[in-house]
Amino acid sequence: MKIINKLWIGLAVLIVLSPLGLIIPDHFKAGSAWGEWGADEMQKLVGYVPQGLLKISSLWNAPMPDYAFKGWEEKGLPHLGFAYIISALLGIIVISAVVMLIGRLLAKKENQ
Amino acid sequence: MHIPDGYLSPTTCGVFYAAMLPIWTAASNIVKKTLKAKQVPLLAIGAAFSFVIMMFNVPIPGGSTGHAVGGVLLAVLLGPWAASIAISVALVVQALLFGDGGITAIGANCFNMAFVLPFAGYFVYKLISMGAPSYSARRVWAAGIAGYIGINVAALCAGIEFGLQPILFHNAAGQALYCPYGLNVAVPAMLGGHMLAFGWVEAVITALVVMYLQKQAPDLINEEDD
Repeated sequence: MKIINKLWIGLAVLIVLSPLGLIIPDHFKAGSAWGEWGADEMQKLVGYVPQGLLKISSLWNAPMPDYAFKGWEEKGLPHLGFAYIISALLGIIVISAVVMLIGRLLAKKENQ
Repeated sequence: MHIPDGYLSPTTCGVFYAAMLPIWTAASNIVKKTLKAKQVPLLAIGAAFSFVIMMFNVPIPGGSTGHAVGGVLLAVLLGPWAASIAISVALVVQALLFGDGGITAIGANCFNMAFVLPFAGYFVYKLISMGAPSYSARRVWAAGIAGYIGINVAALCAGIEFGLQPILFHNAAGQALYCPYGLNVAVPAMLGGHMLAFGWVEAVITALVVMYLQKQAPDLINEEDD
């Protein structure tokens, strides 16, 4: 089998395994990444929410915030794990398509 | 290491967008000359790999989480400029689709993870693997050490960017306007997590994939451009 196909299969395996990135931190009771707290967590940590942070932090509404479907924040790990797999799949499709496009545009001269 | 919206001041964000513009321009000019058409699928897989590996959050028990970036691997296989483009695409999609990393902080996040990380890693890899044949164990070690150093230098940059905020931007009452933690907290926190945990994940992943490719596709581990 060509190495490229093996690597695509490797990616597919990583997509399926991706919920481990939720389950393992949950198991070890680890919190957010440092410096990636929401406003509530910030209030608890430093006793106030910085004014500028409050203003800018809600600037962008991502369609799938935190690799989950909107409104799924309170759902349990199995649901979040499913959303995580869909996110991984979607992200990989979009990213590889964009890079293929950029790559074709840039590497075009080699073809001719 | 994905700095969210609101942690860096608009000025800081502007500075990093401005810093990334010439880097992205240089990257596309250089990749235009060096990237072969047959390498394009590998570049796409590399970007996708970097994206998905960042979803594997690694816990520090009872503490914070972090993740590998996979960017040093891309730099080793495709060169730092191509890696820079691939990681940038992954970071932009993470910010836009998944809200991972702020849209105002795309410049800063790309600077740390799509510029500093692959270039620092590439430099270390080249230094250690210099003159080593493509199948040698030295290349595996070089890749692992490069992964560890690359992600830690990037984390140091993120720590400095966070830590400068309360010094530069605060209100009359002395309250921070953006990230509230100064250099004395932000730098040890960012660097500590990566030196202790996440850097080792980057090291092991980079080394293992290089070892696998040495056996499966040795032509991807080139020694020509040493």
